[in-house]
Amino acid sequence: MIIIERASKRYGRRAVVDDVSTSIKAGKLTTLIGANGAGKSTLLSLVGRLIDGEGRYIIEGKSISDYRKGELAKSLSMLRQNNHITIRISVRELVSFGRFPYSKSKLTDRDHQIVEKALKAMDLTTLADSYLDQLSGGERQRAFIAMTVAQDTKYLLLDEPLNNLDMVHSVEIMRLLRSLVDEQGKSVVLVLHDINFASSYSDEIIALKGGKLLYHGPPQEVITTEALWEIYGMHIPVIEQEGKRYCLFY
Amino acid sequence: MKPRTLLLILTALFIISAGCFLFWGLPVQAMGFILPRRVIKVTALCVTAVSIAISTTLFQTVSANTILTPSILGLDSLYLLIQTLVMFLFGAQTLVIMSRISDFLLSVGLMVLFSLALFSLLLGKRPMAVTTVLFLGMIVGQLFGALSSFFQLLIDPNEFLTIQARMFASFNTINTSLLLVSTLIVAFACLLLIPLVDTLDVLAMGREMAINLGIDHRRLSRWLLIGVSILTAVATALVGPITFLGLLVVSLARQISPTFRHRIILPVSALLAMVTLLIGQFIFERILHFSTPISIIINFVGGIYFLSLLIKRRRI
Repeated sequence: MIIIERASKRYGRRAVVDDVSTSIKAGKLTTLIGANGAGKSTLLSLVGRLIDGEGRYIIEGKSISDYRKGELAKSLSMLRQNNHITIRISVRELVSFGRFPYSKSKLTDRDHQIVEKALKAMDLTTLADSYLDQLSGGERQRAFIAMTVAQDTKYLLLDEPLNNLDMVHSVEIMRLLRSLVDEQGKSVVLVLHDINFASSYSDEIIALKGGKLLYHGPPQEVITTEALWEIYGMHIPVIEQEGKRYCLFY
Repeated sequence: MKPRTLLLILTALFIISAGCFLFWGLPVQAMGFILPRRVIKVTALCVTAVSIAISTTLFQTVSANTILTPSILGLDSLYLLIQTLVMFLFGAQTLVIMSRISDFLLSVGLMVLFSLALFSLLLGKRPMAVTTVLFLGMIVGQLFGALSSFFQLLIDPNEFLTIQARMFASFNTINTSLLLVSTLIVAFACLLLIPLVDTLDVLAMGREMAINLGIDHRRLSRWLLIGVSILTAVATALVGPITFLGLLVVSLARQISPTFRHRIILPVSALLAMVTLLIGQFIFERILHFSTPISIIINFVGGIYFLSLLIKRRRI
């Protein structure tokens, strides 16, 4: 479980994340939603220790600051939305970096197996030896996700993993993340803009507005016309089909 | 090309160029006099080359940017300013009394402080854009240059002559008293880097990736930047500023090397730098009998290359 206590992040006077306390359950897929500037990515980065802010972040009963850096990388991984790498690196090399916390650069047979599995899961086997700068935006995005998957941490934090992806690959990645949760007991935390993906695949949804926590609950509670009105300030009809809720905001 | 083949070829080239430099046209009767001098020169060239190559590579790794170099950010003009100011404030007498080594240590200390301040803009809590820091560094570098010239106008002409000898990169007036200290510093830096080579690969992927993979980014960056400042100071103190050599050899190393791994890139760029300087100086001094400092040619070629990189990539 990840416990977030009084998380805040200010830039100048503006509080991007404003005194948020909540907890993220282990073994679930949790999605952060909210309008632009609601503080979703910032909150995720605070938990993923990419930025410093106020508050306490407790993972598995231990505060993030008490972890040794190398140890934390084995239980928590974080992927940002814009990843720009200037070095010339192949997809397989990138994904292999996911094993760095375990084996540094001396990969064992098991590490190689995990890397190949992650490549296959992200549909990258044929591209494994291509260089990152030769790939399309979506392919590159999948390579970064594959690296995070290869890191094999209990908690995976992904900021807009569906960025740049077509429907087919979006669905594939959501299914993969779902199977990581259901079959391997991982905990996945996402930031998503497409609330229909959030509604269909999440166990829990956290809604933020203006840096404050607005809702936290299963999709049935958060994906309602009333709640969405509060979150986005927009009238969104919700229909239910086969037990899933879909938002018609088009 | 396999990394091993590349390293072998470069090592062979290095041995050939060092051999040429040492033994080409060596008069047998004056061997005892000339050879030790040439050995000192070759050592100085190599120490300079290695410190420039390593400091540039490390700097690019820390800033996750393959176009910046410490000297483009004005580090070596700071060295000249410090030298001029010491001369201005205390006079050439003091400089002579004050041994070259304490003068050197003072300059290194100030350069480390300055570069940590500049780099904290790049890597601090609220990092500025690379472009901003680059322009800032260039402007500050210009300012240092202008201040140096200003103070040089004010000082005594005799003192000016002393400083002038240190202003231009020249391999004919190598500062041999510093050679031993410099060699030790560079050797020590290389030893410290050996256990870090794999971690550097992760660092090159940028701050967020490095943190995600469990690296103490802030601490490691700070130590590396201190090392970069010291190495830049060593190179500048030995021969004077060669702004674009680092950019030239490290870019070339990145192009011919089949991998970005530091265990390959670091030795490749160090070897390339040594070969470039040795061959360049050899051709200049022995074949063409030019008295122009080789740094002018290096900066001319390097400057054009820097511009072409900027134009080609259209961003920094």
